[in-house]
Amino acid sequence: MQNRIYQSVFSRKIVFSLILLILLLAPLFLSDFRLNLLGKFLAFAILAIGLDLLWGYTGVLSLGHGIFFGLGAYAMAMYLKLEATGGKLPDFMAWSGIQELPLIWIPFQYPILAIILGILIPACLALFLGYLTFRNRINGVYFTILSQALVLVIVTLFIGQQNLTGGTSGLTNFSTFFGFQINSATTQTVIYFVTVVALVLVFLGCKKLVKGRLGRVLVGVRDGENRMRFLGYNPSTYKTFVYTISGAIAGLAGMLFVLQVGIISPTMIGIVPSIEMVLWVALGGRGTLIGPVIGAVFINAAKTGFSESYPDYWTYFLGALFVIVVVFLPKGIMGLVEKLKERWNKVDVKESSSVEIEKNYS
Amino acid sequence: MSKNPAVLRSKKITVEFSGFKAINELDFQVNRNTVHFVIGPNGAGKTTLLDVICGNARASKGSITFNEKYELAKMSENEIVHRGISRKFQAPSVFAHLTVFENLEIAMKQKKTLRSILRAKMTKEEEQKLTDMLDLIGLTSEKDKSAGSLAHGQKQWLEIAMVLMQEPDLVLLDEPIAGMSKQERIKTGELITKIAKERAVLIVEHDMDFVKDYADVVTVMHEGQLLFEGSMEDVQKDPKVREVYLGRKVDADAEVTGT
Ligand SMILES: Nc1ncnc2c1ncn2[C@@H]1O[C@H](COP(=O)(O)OP(=O)(O)OP(=O)(O)O)[C@@H](O)[C@H]1O
Ligand SMILES: [Mg+2]
Repeated sequence: MQNRIYQSVFSRKIVFSLILLILLLAPLFLSDFRLNLLGKFLAFAILAIGLDLLWGYTGVLSLGHGIFFGLGAYAMAMYLKLEATGGKLPDFMAWSGIQELPLIWIPFQYPILAIILGILIPACLALFLGYLTFRNRINGVYFTILSQALVLVIVTLFIGQQNLTGGTSGLTNFSTFFGFQINSATTQTVIYFVTVVALVLVFLGCKKLVKGRLGRVLVGVRDGENRMRFLGYNPSTYKTFVYTISGAIAGLAGMLFVLQVGIISPTMIGIVPSIEMVLWVALGGRGTLIGPVIGAVFINAAKTGFSESYPDYWTYFLGALFVIVVVFLPKGIMGLVEKLKERWNKVDVKESSSVEIEKNYS
Repeated sequence: MSKNPAVLRSKKITVEFSGFKAINELDFQVNRNTVHFVIGPNGAGKTTLLDVICGNARASKGSITFNEKYELAKMSENEIVHRGISRKFQAPSVFAHLTVFENLEIAMKQKKTLRSILRAKMTKEEEQKLTDMLDLIGLTSEKDKSAGSLAHGQKQWLEIAMVLMQEPDLVLLDEPIAGMSKQERIKTGELITKIAKERAVLIVEHDMDFVKDYADVVTVMHEGQLLFEGSMEDVQKDPKVREVYLGRKVDADAEVTGT
């Protein structure tokens, strides 16, 4: 028993190092185009980790994480846009007759400030919303519905405020990042490495959180919120905390996304992407942290594959995948891996015992 | 009735559910170092009494004071726990996805704010406390099993242990021996006697033999009010109690065993 636990930890470490090695060596064997795609998937994977912390560990299902992702993405995009225009007004503002840079755009002239805000704004929004809803004991399905409403409100706001946000076409046509040509292969490779580092840091950070006593408390909140109250905990504090963290992580993911994709628009942060994000976590396996990373990369790779060859069928595939996960793989890919491992171990035991029997007979 | 000082005192508390008074102007007191049972017919308001003490229900009138200085009616559930009142619910509600040890770990008396949980590291002292508790409830060898895989009786004990880990002054138990075997009942009774040496234990129970064996004081409730209070002997002799509860109960039990 002891030995087996040790073994599984050991093999996990090996798997983790292997994946990391592959990610670090990817620039050597992937074309610039493919590397850029992988970088985008990894940005999604970062978000998925935060979402798993919230859903898998704390039991709060948010169907509105596109918004936190979007806030990070827009923060970065605003900075890139301003750098591209060289301090002048972005074109869409000029067209709608604005003379001066609007107040809310001013902080985004400074890259460091923009990066900080890209994390801070979604975190603060999550903190604010979480505080209000969880403290008033709006939980479960009600919270999920509210999180969808949030998406509707913010997307409508972003589309409506065309002169501030670029409306439905969003923000694009960037040129430089910290003065480096953003579309050059070198810059993109550096951004890819930054994404890998961010992924590893977010993963290890979340792992550390759930390995500590906090992890047990979160599971308690997930499985018996009311019970936790009578053990002396205030569950809403914990839920608000995790919601805030996952909002911040989503913002970080959004920034890395824009840097690699070069555009952000309201359709990329709306209801459909928000639901897809949850699906990444569900497919990979809730409450495992590594599962959602696999889920995000897998689904998005499949999506790219499909849209290259059969663009019309992607939605059907997504729908089918959803059904398959819910019906056959409630614990996702990681659940499947766990099951296979168990079977493997059983076979092991059987083999060794049959060997013993043979010995006895001979 | 007893020389022990009061731990809990309620004055004319009323708990209403959309107009219906589940508890009606109840005056009630629990003393230190006492095993105090609450009995009464179904719907008498026994569970509601535990609810209003631990903050799971709110009184519309009256006051409940704890240790002579804390007014419970205005406290949140978690504050009440930190003042020293712990509750075991009727249905076992251990955390199935945590191990037995981890269940005790999160239940244990400690600062339960986010800040201190984030910093918490298992100390030698804490580990010793947890190990001792596992010993007391006889689950040492189940330590690393998930709580969901325990037998029903073991879950009940684990939950009692979780309550004790909070080192409360007042323990509230709702039908702790429901679904237990004869031996398990005896073991639980002994455990209750032991823990009442340092604190008050308030127990809602329907099993009269169990009450007889372990009660120091028995309160009989009926229709949200106190019908009688005294030793089990006095309770059994009281004509009012026999009329509304024990008399009927004997009939009901006879029916059950008759089939
Ligand atoms: N949340 C609630 N909403 C409405 N009515 C309630 C609620 N909780 C309890 N009641 C009612 O209050 C009365 C007292 O209920 P309570 O659960 O305290 O009884 P009890 O003495 O514990 O009974 P039992 O022996 O069956 O457990 C019952 O008539 C019950 O229907
Ligand atoms: Mg009851």
